[in-house]
Amino acid sequence: MTQFLQEVNDKINGVPIQRCYHCRKCTAGCPLATEMEYNPNKVIKMVQMGMKDEVLGSSTIWLCASCETCVTRCPNQVDIARMMDVLRQMSIEKGMSIPQKKILALHRAFLTSIKMFGRINEPIMLAHYKLLAKDYFSDLAMGLGMFLKGKITPFGPKTKDMAAVRKIFKETKHS
Amino acid sequence: MKVAYYPGCSLHATAKEYDQSVKAVSSALGIELKELDDWACCGATAAHSTNFKLSVALPARDLISAEKDGLDVMVPCAACFNRFKSAQHHLKGDAELRKEVEKVVGKPYKGTAVIRNPIDIIANDIGLDILKSKVRKPLAGLKPVAYYGCLLLRPPEVCTFDNYENPVLLDKIMAALGADVKPWSYKTDCCGGSLSISRAEIVIKMADKLMTMAREAGANCIAVACPLCMANLDFRASAGVRIPVYYFTELIGIALGLPGTKDWLKLHNIESVSLMSSLSLV
Repeated sequence: MTQFLQEVNDKINGVPIQRCYHCRKCTAGCPLATEMEYNPNKVIKMVQMGMKDEVLGSSTIWLCASCETCVTRCPNQVDIARMMDVLRQMSIEKGMSIPQKKILALHRAFLTSIKMFGRINEPIMLAHYKLLAKDYFSDLAMGLGMFLKGKITPFGPKTKDMAAVRKIFKETKHS
Repeated sequence: MKVAYYPGCSLHATAKEYDQSVKAVSSALGIELKELDDWACCGATAAHSTNFKLSVALPARDLISAEKDGLDVMVPCAACFNRFKSAQHHLKGDAELRKEVEKVVGKPYKGTAVIRNPIDIIANDIGLDILKSKVRKPLAGLKPVAYYGCLLLRPPEVCTFDNYENPVLLDKIMAALGADVKPWSYKTDCCGGSLSISRAEIVIKMADKLMTMAREAGANCIAVACPLCMANLDFRASAGVRIPVYYFTELIGIALGLPGTKDWLKLHNIESVSLMSSLSLV
């Protein structure tokens, strides 16, 4: 067993992914498979074969939308959606160059908002996302429309006990 | 009945008509809501995609806060619902993680909070017969498909909600309101979730497919129970294929003849009032 496979299985902490017999049911039901570099079952095979750099540097792990269709239909209960989470986190922790920069930028902006306010402050979160993703001009009309309808406001209620929220962020920083 | 209420971030912002209609419908059906004290965000996709422990600890703080009231917790947002259920699942199965999370949150976790979506509360606790008896304006002429999406249902052993390949609770609620619910095969397909902002071009394709399939099924609107499904269908679907999308609580509010329902519909991106007024429902 390769070290990479062992590491991934330990982090999933469930059914070992070697149970996969490549029936490809996960890929058949995956709504994002057509957009992915490697199909979900191929990622499992690559982890089994120890192809760490290829897997952790792939766009597939970021394009997974966590719809959980794969794990629901897997005849061997392999938690593929959880595996994708594990691979994403490993990719960040190992400082890989991430091909889907905008997707990660959104996650970062989202978590920063929780860290600052305890809740999502849409205008600040979206402005932060745009800076991180260098995506300045998309969806401006949509944002304005929502603002005019009072759907997004920078003055929404915040969590009061921010010390507790900050403690959660601080103490979960390292896995 | 009395339940704790976790609105979550979306219901205070992009999904405020969901919040308003959940509150109005709950009051009309005799469900008293007590908002959870000083709640924080569930962490959503961003947390579980990047930091597992954070994705459990954030909902754990809210779950612990809910334990002291001993009330079932109503969570209208399917994404928050899924994050709470998932955190409970991990905390139940991993004693070491639980100990660690208790230390991070600074309070003991008992695991007693019961997380419920309003579809479940209305269909199972209030009951379809009582719902039907309160209908003042049957939704005659309305032909919705019920769209459940992913996060209420999957994984089934975590969500324990409804049949995960062919759920029926929302269909039954719509039928009780007098709507002509259309069967379709896309009830549990994904809308693209949070890729809507970072990879909009992919989500446009997914939303267009859902809209096209709903129309092929003979629907004139889509009923949803998730702010993310709503946002992706309402904002991303192309002009040529789109039909109005309604939160299921808006449809209940209209059928019960509650005041102010038109104001909810005006907050949608796709024009949603004229279908209702053509059927003399608003």
